[in-house]
Amino acid sequence: MEYIGEHLLPGKIGHFFAVLSLAASLIALISYFKATNAKTPDEAQSWRKMGRIAFGIDVLAVFAVLFTIIYIVSNRLFEYNFAWEHSSRSLPLNYLLACIWEAQEGSFLLWTIWLCVLGAILIKKAGKWEAPVMTVMSFALFCVATMILGIYVFGHNIGINPFILLREKMTGAPIFSRADYLSFPQMKDGQGLAALLQNYWMVIHPPILFLGFASTIVPFAYAIAGLWKKQYGDWTKTALPWTLFSAAVLGTGIMMGAAWAYESLSFAGYWAWDPVENASLVPWLVMVAGLHTQVVYNATGHSLRATYFFLITQFIFILYSTFLTRSGVLGDTSVHAFVDSGMNVQLGLFVAVFFIPAYGLFIARYKKIPFIAKEEQTSSREFWMFIGSLVLFLSALFIIVSTSLPVMNLFRKEKLTTGDDPTFAYNRVEIFIAVLLGLFTAVTQYLKYKVTAKDHLIKKIAVPTIVALTISILVSVFGGINYDKYGAGFMVAIHLAMFAAIYSVVANAAYIYSGMRGKLKAAGASIAHVGFGLMLVGILFSSAKKEVLSHNTTGIMLTFDPEAKQDPTENITLLKGVRTDMGKYWTTFIDGDSIEPRSKAQYFHIRFEKKDGTKNFDLYPHWLKSNKGQQQISANPDKYHYFDRDIFSYITAADNPEQRRDDTVRFKSNPVALHDTVFYSKGIIILDSIVVNPEKYHFGKGDTALMAKLTIISKDSMHYTATPVYYVKDNQAQYIHDTVFAQNLALRFNGLSAGRKIDLGIKESAAMVPFVALKVYEFPQINILWIGTIIMIIGFIMSMVWRRRQARALRAQ
Amino acid sequence: MKKVQIVILVAIAAAVAILISFMGNLSTYETIASARQKPGKTVTIIAHLDNKLPIEYDPVKNPNFVSFHISDTLGNTAKVVYHFEKPYDLEKAERITLKGRMNGDVFEISRKDGILLKCPSKYKDDPNAAKKELTQN
Repeated sequence: MEYIGEHLLPGKIGHFFAVLSLAASLIALISYFKATNAKTPDEAQSWRKMGRIAFGIDVLAVFAVLFTIIYIVSNRLFEYNFAWEHSSRSLPLNYLLACIWEAQEGSFLLWTIWLCVLGAILIKKAGKWEAPVMTVMSFALFCVATMILGIYVFGHNIGINPFILLREKMTGAPIFSRADYLSFPQMKDGQGLAALLQNYWMVIHPPILFLGFASTIVPFAYAIAGLWKKQYGDWTKTALPWTLFSAAVLGTGIMMGAAWAYESLSFAGYWAWDPVENASLVPWLVMVAGLHTQVVYNATGHSLRATYFFLITQFIFILYSTFLTRSGVLGDTSVHAFVDSGMNVQLGLFVAVFFIPAYGLFIARYKKIPFIAKEEQTSSREFWMFIGSLVLFLSALFIIVSTSLPVMNLFRKEKLTTGDDPTFAYNRVEIFIAVLLGLFTAVTQYLKYKVTAKDHLIKKIAVPTIVALTISILVSVFGGINYDKYGAGFMVAIHLAMFAAIYSVVANAAYIYSGMRGKLKAAGASIAHVGFGLMLVGILFSSAKKEVLSHNTTGIMLTFDPEAKQDPTENITLLKGVRTDMGKYWTTFIDGDSIEPRSKAQYFHIRFEKKDGTKNFDLYPHWLKSNKGQQQISANPDKYHYFDRDIFSYITAADNPEQRRDDTVRFKSNPVALHDTVFYSKGIIILDSIVVNPEKYHFGKGDTALMAKLTIISKDSMHYTATPVYYVKDNQAQYIHDTVFAQNLALRFNGLSAGRKIDLGIKESAAMVPFVALKVYEFPQINILWIGTIIMIIGFIMSMVWRRRQARALRAQ
Repeated sequence: MKKVQIVILVAIAAAVAILISFMGNLSTYETIASARQKPGKTVTIIAHLDNKLPIEYDPVKNPNFVSFHISDTLGNTAKVVYHFEKPYDLEKAERITLKGRMNGDVFEISRKDGILLKCPSKYKDDPNAAKKELTQN
């Protein structure tokens, strides 16, 4: 059938370049492999030339694929599945890129792009290591290129084709039997970008994270190159800036994800030990372990084998993480993993094709990797750096094993999952890791390589130790950390960790002056450690002192749930306009009607008044209603920043205005005499008096108006008053209703009835009161975490610049 | 024996101990029927929402009480009580992972993260949802 109005050319061009990039990366792989194994320099030179050309073509092809996708999405060619599924007409252009990485295939493309950029830099800078390193890079490019291929071989699909047409994907849908299907309304607009991703963090977090992911291959490639060329220790100085770069960027990416979760998702925190978070943290921990052993080897000749092991393992963990998050195995344990896209075998193979040769080569060459037979001194810096790396690695191992339960379940009959309290399972181990790492980072810089004189150490470290001890005792005594939820033992551990973290900050800051004499250029490591220590302080404070403010303290309406034990009452309901008691604050729900037209976000205006009168502020948490697929709501929090804490709030429920409008509950009429009592479901209503022509309504002389004064006494003996009015205007009966929101009660004066009674209409309906239910948390000292993160990243970058200069000086010799 | 070897041995021993205690704290996946056999023990159930019975959630009365019914693939049903706000997309969830305890006939969930929903298209591609969209009108 000839379809009308389709634009098929861009898709054909795009797919051609996708295939071209696969072919080019294969040629680059073969050429660089040959160049590495070439016998003569001439042979190597010619193979390398070919490798470079093939790589260049690959880069062009990859960017052509990217630009084709951008063209399709920005021109709203909804006949393409990619545009239809991930974008819409109302999507502003700055989210154009975000919709590219919403899709699996798009995020693989992002990975490819960064590999291309890094490869280009390596060709320029790697020198004699170009051929083996680029062999590994080309192999990775080849593997990732298969992910966006989307062709069928023997009934198996390889990759996801980003250029597939909607009618090719949804073959069964009836509208595609029409040649003019594009004129149908559902083809006029796409499904749009998921509401959660329409956020500035989503524009910057994925590119940084993927640059981090992509860059982890460089230290790995150097390690493989060293084993392959049997020049075991030659690459470590050249590659050190790369290791630092990777640690810095991946660390930034992870923490941006944490900030995104905190700023704009209703996870109520920045870290939840979610499998997807863990999957990116684990390679980073191993990378940092490898970074330290690499520094040790460069300085002393120790720990080369460990360096190989860590730098290979971190990349294997990156691949394994990719498998975990994209294969769908985490479906039942993570809130934000991709769903199974039928690529599990391919993703598994992606891990295997690196895992097997890399460890194979490592084991085969293990004995030949040089090492120093004489053991490190206990007083030496290298010994404790190695121990620190080991602790980092074990911590990573613990996290990855715990995260891999769903994978282990694939092979087990009895399926296991995390227990009662999944986050505590991590916290109770990681708190001791934090203690160890804090202490190691504090002390180790004061040790010298080879051997440290005892009195030298004591002299230098005494002051920082005393200062840190003093500060941490002050914090423990006055900081108000009384986190006894998990017993005294855990609380002691928190105080210990707090000391270790403060010690790390103080000792490293002091070292910049005492150890390096303020020579800042070389102080990157100390600065990174200060940042790391501050992060620990921030984490400990904000987690141990996180407080739920939205306890329902109103004392009403809680009899409904007798099972609600201890303190899970994290939500508080605010009725519109009713000032409600919330611990330290009075809170009022002002209104919830403002809707931003483009994103359809509904903003709720909540006023907070501190009870002691020192502070009033307004928060505007909002709801995004996704247009994607079905109606779907996601809450975006709003925060008030004090310098030392955040007040964090998000909406958990709100009434539906439409429902309020179509309220079908009727007023039930009840004849009541003066001082008589009628019952409603939650109490009684007493008619106190009837006022003729009440002043407050300014009735004219010709009008007849009657106002009933009612007292409502609820079961929990709360008293309310209501004054519904009945009046006659232009010979028509008119009513002014009155409502008691807290009791879901609407009252109407229906008129007079026989026997000196009035007819009182009573309506009880949950749907009539505008309300919100919300959560409010207080996060103390959260800023220390963010500041620490920034300082740590700055430290990494300074280190990188410093080590790069050293490596360059070495090459110049 | 070298110091490093001793340290590594100690580290391995610690790691093994931690993992064993971790394994000890794990819970098992159960069906509704087998969860009934283990009252009071934390278990995990994968089930779907029983649409025939209403979800009880009235935030005006109590924002911290949700009750609904689930049924699993074996056709058993149970009432669930969750002491937090109603997850936004509970009605649309194709599959629910619930972690809690069977208390009499009621499955009690006392932790916020005790419910995990698998929704069509959270930020993922779901062919069924898209197909539905295309067959409408």
